[in-house]
Amino acid sequence: MWNYSEKVQEHFFNPRNAGELEGANGIGDVGSLSCGDALRLMIHVDPDTEVILDARFQTFGCGSAIASSSALTEIIKGKTLDEALQVSNQEIADFLDGLPPEKMHCSVMGREALQAAVANYRGEVWSDDHEEGALVCKCFAVDAVLIEETIRANNLTTVQDVSFYTKAGGGCSACHEGIEDILNKVLAEKGQAFQSNVARVQADAEQALTQIEMPPLSTPQVTEAAVSGLSTLQRIRKIEAVIEAVRPQLQRDKGDIELIDVVGKAVYVRLTGACTGCQLASVTLSGVQQQLIESLGEFIHLLPVTKSPTA
Amino acid sequence: MDTIYLDNNATTQVDPLVVQAMLPYFTEQFGNPSSLHQYGNRVGLALKHARQQIQTLLGAEHDTEIVFTSCGTESDSTAILSALKAQPERREIITTVVEHPAILSLCEYLEKDGYTVHYLTVDGKGRLDLEHYQALLSDQTAIVSVMWANNETGTFFPVLEMAEMASQAGVMFHTDAVQAVGKVPIDLKNSKIDMLSLSGHKLHAPKGIGVLYLRRGTRFRPLLRGGHQERGRRAGTENSASIVALGKAAELALHSMKHENTVVKVLRDRLEQGILAQIQHAFVTGDPDNRLPNTCNIAFEYIEGESILLLLNKHGIAASSGSACTSGSLEPSHVMRAMGLPYTAAHGTVRFSLSRYTTEAEIDRVIEVMPGIIAQLRSLSPYWKNNAPVQEAFDPAYA
Ligand SMILES: Cc1ncc(COP(=O)(O)O)c(C=O)c1O
Repeated sequence: MWNYSEKVQEHFFNPRNAGELEGANGIGDVGSLSCGDALRLMIHVDPDTEVILDARFQTFGCGSAIASSSALTEIIKGKTLDEALQVSNQEIADFLDGLPPEKMHCSVMGREALQAAVANYRGEVWSDDHEEGALVCKCFAVDAVLIEETIRANNLTTVQDVSFYTKAGGGCSACHEGIEDILNKVLAEKGQAFQSNVARVQADAEQALTQIEMPPLSTPQVTEAAVSGLSTLQRIRKIEAVIEAVRPQLQRDKGDIELIDVVGKAVYVRLTGACTGCQLASVTLSGVQQQLIESLGEFIHLLPVTKSPTA
Repeated sequence: MDTIYLDNNATTQVDPLVVQAMLPYFTEQFGNPSSLHQYGNRVGLALKHARQQIQTLLGAEHDTEIVFTSCGTESDSTAILSALKAQPERREIITTVVEHPAILSLCEYLEKDGYTVHYLTVDGKGRLDLEHYQALLSDQTAIVSVMWANNETGTFFPVLEMAEMASQAGVMFHTDAVQAVGKVPIDLKNSKIDMLSLSGHKLHAPKGIGVLYLRRGTRFRPLLRGGHQERGRRAGTENSASIVALGKAAELALHSMKHENTVVKVLRDRLEQGILAQIQHAFVTGDPDNRLPNTCNIAFEYIEGESILLLLNKHGIAASSGSACTSGSLEPSHVMRAMGLPYTAAHGTVRFSLSRYTTEAEIDRVIEVMPGIIAQLRSLSPYWKNNAPVQEAFDPAYA
């Protein structure tokens, strides 16, 4: 599942301003059932001041679509129409402490609904200029104008980015070349070269590599004591203490554990009684081993000795 | 809050007995089964036992027909690529539009390499047209690959009959039985199936272990070459702990097969009827009369699947959806589109997949919370007003 921010979740589970708005004098409808998300934004505008007195929404869509709609209404309430039109999709996303990249198109949809509602209030037909661009993505009916605007507004550099923000190219992939052309055009204007995804990933990886600081190789320590900072006697006392501490528990299960020897990093123990045949002997051992490692602050092997060590 | 896991077609909980069986192979039994000393020997014997347990579950004639792989996807790839390599004169593949991406993505890739892939389409209930299939079989066909049961809807394909038809035409037949194994009785020795894929994590074994069943005498070319493991058919030191686990899981699956087809099925039907009785504009996708006993996929119109999952998750209920928004693909699932689901519903499908651990109390809890969740989302939807769709009312073909 997506990594939604707390804020997105909060606005999804408790959306603000959901439902129809009585007396709305501007309505913006965007999206469609077949696209998988649709949003109706209703605004009540004071004709004298052009201040948005109230805003409500109805949304069909995923968690972030609902949260973005909720955020949008909160952002624009109290703003004048001109102020509201300055709200970018990035602001909607920021209001929600960010959206996953795959979900940025939800915030774009919010912005479109706002433009549509304002146009509706002003008696304009919002979609007019929008339809001037040729349809680039047939699957999601996204045109060149919207793609270009979104690339500019968000400094997008890859086809994948464009798909995340506008959905264009997310269906059959047939329009990826068309999107690349638009990217090329916009980036060329900005003096940047278009990079394919592969090139960019490689560049990112190279940059990441140069940023890693290699720690100096340490020289191997000669004695265990030097590693853990304990004398041999201190080590053995600590080992004994851990073993003693687990014995009562094993004895309750009719078993026992006994320290046999310590040779370097190897700690030999003998498991007796119910423990030996028990399926979980290895689990017991690993638990004790873990405690020893924690107590000594060094890695040790805990090894069971069978009853006849020579076998 | 207790959580309710109804996403068993995605993956299953490893059975505690399976965990217990595999643990020693991480510790004392660490040997390499190829080694001649006793460390290797003991593990080798355990692998043989696991092979036999799987042989029994699949009704295979010989235990050597079981080849261990790393997952269902590897088994699928191995089967198809082997058929192409072993019969270079044959350049065509027959499969279906609703296969798992493990098959579909590979086929798309092979098309780029010049192979011809015929995709059998499905009707509104996810069923195939066998006459069309018959007409496509030819001496150009290298392999037919058809899933036994669909992972999204649970719908069965008539693989036994289709394997028979392939065999008559002299064509190799593979089935992706990843979702079917353990839930339906399988008797490979009395079938014409040449290859079958299964995956451990769908039947209460761990992830990262799979099997390719390879009928004795089937022409074969390995995917991985190297050591002589799996009789040279799959090189790479065996994942002994997981193989032992899968063997145990196979044995347990055989024991719980009846349970799956009685108790689990009844629970599934209870869930489905409980939901449909309370919620309008919802219907079952796929073929309700011919599907896995544990799976139910319901389409809820005028709302979107991801938001349903988020609300279910808030109630501690885990399910999945074919909705575009859950996958990031931006398009609803290829299975739903292939069945021609109306767009009002294609984004609102939810799959509940049960297991032998599912209880009646859990099912009743889902039935209890579902109507509230759907009503809440519909109240937000611009397509819904006063308990009815605002759009032109229409009768989906699936009612
Ligand atoms: C029908 C089908 N085939 C193949 C696979 C892939 O199996 P694995 O995850 O073991 O590679 C799955 C699992 O999702 C599946 O459902």
